[in-house]
Amino acid sequence: MPAMTAPDTVYAAVEEAAKQTYIRALKILPPDLKEALLRAQAGETDPTGKGFLDIMVENIGVAERDDNLVCQDTGTVVFWLEVGEECPLNLARVTAAVKKGTERATLEHPLRANAVHPVTRLNTLTNTGRHLPVMHYEFVPGSDLKLNCLPKGSGSENMSFLKMFVPADGVGAVKRYVLECIVDAGPKPCPPTIVGVGLGGTADLCAALAKKAVLRPLGTHSDDPVIAAIEDELYAAANELGIGPMGLGGSTTVLGVHIEYAHTHITQNPVAVNLQCWAARRSSAVITPQGEVTYGF
Amino acid sequence: MASELKLTFPIADLDALRELRAGQKLRIDGTVIGIRDATQIAMFDRGERPRMDLSGSVLIHTAPNVRKLGPGSYEKVCIGTTTSARMNRFTRGLMEQYSVRAIIGKGGLLADSLPVLREFGGVYLAITGGAAALETTQIEEIEDVEFEELMPECLWKFRVKDFGPLTVAMDAHGVSLYESIKARAEAKLEELAAKM
Repeated sequence: MPAMTAPDTVYAAVEEAAKQTYIRALKILPPDLKEALLRAQAGETDPTGKGFLDIMVENIGVAERDDNLVCQDTGTVVFWLEVGEECPLNLARVTAAVKKGTERATLEHPLRANAVHPVTRLNTLTNTGRHLPVMHYEFVPGSDLKLNCLPKGSGSENMSFLKMFVPADGVGAVKRYVLECIVDAGPKPCPPTIVGVGLGGTADLCAALAKKAVLRPLGTHSDDPVIAAIEDELYAAANELGIGPMGLGGSTTVLGVHIEYAHTHITQNPVAVNLQCWAARRSSAVITPQGEVTYGF
Repeated sequence: MASELKLTFPIADLDALRELRAGQKLRIDGTVIGIRDATQIAMFDRGERPRMDLSGSVLIHTAPNVRKLGPGSYEKVCIGTTTSARMNRFTRGLMEQYSVRAIIGKGGLLADSLPVLREFGGVYLAITGGAAALETTQIEEIEDVEFEELMPECLWKFRVKDFGPLTVAMDAHGVSLYESIKARAEAKLEELAAKM
């Protein structure tokens, strides 16, 4: 059987799709998030908290009406790629195309440039750089390529946590830690947040799983019932903390708790928490082997 | 709670905000000065003094999305507010050396800024973080910019109309709404964890 190859036009389509998913993510929030905020707005009993939720909901409408960004923070750009097992695209060329699309979005829109050298603080002015955009790859059935773009705001990304628990600590310590992270972060990540939790694996895998958990649409649960029960328990507990919208009080502290897990070593139980602000930007593009693009969330 | 106030900045009387109380809602007309991490590192750690007069001004923690029109001339694209706690250590310098009296941000300054607010009659005003599309409609024009080499973390002068709503979250009387909520959350955490 001859090796499958894709024409150059498909890589041009990937570049354009990367540019458009980044810009779309910044402007149009996903329907599951809008519904969650509307539910929170209807259920919030604290007048201060309700006032902040009113502005958040109004702002989403203004962004769509004015074709503007929901939030000024254009983020650190993260792409989570779902690569079909039969996808004929060369992943090195896909990676280059996604980077180029990110640069073009930044320069052509224009978007605020956030990527700086960690010591000199010199800005690349393109939102790309060494190891940026962050790219994750996973394999799924089919022949399409799906780009999931997550422009991650720094206010919530700065509220990231990792702890290496040991078996003797038990599951109770893991649950307590997640709540401690939410309390420690307090008003800073722009609550109500989506709480992404990575559980198990190694330190690096655990942190990546916490980010993957943030990408999951609200209302979804882990496919493992043991994990799903902990998601529900932590969601209810977090909303009893009283931190509220923008951390100034109320019953809406989190919009969801999502846990992604991996098997781990007999001696350890790593937990990572990655908080996502209420302006949870997420957008996707599915690209067929022929270069046809369908945008979604 | 008193109804929404309207204030115009800059203020001539540097003591004018001392009587504001935590929880008060307000909106702003006039001028708001945008400032950020790199701007304040330049001003306080490298001693670079801006030519803009910050006396009686209200600052906002921001780094905007802008379109360049020409030398020193920018048009707004999307302007919103960033997390204030990172810039907490500059509160005293801003109030003491530059006579700033109000800071707009999100997430609050830390408790050790409360004595500074008390000393100088300053306030911290909380805005809705992430609501930049709406904020942008309340900014009429970018009137001036300094420290352009720090783009996007320059010192920006914005002309605003009905800017808000804002909440006095930290006042000159030692009150921080964030601190009481944090204490309550910590106590609740102990109660919840005991049941897990």
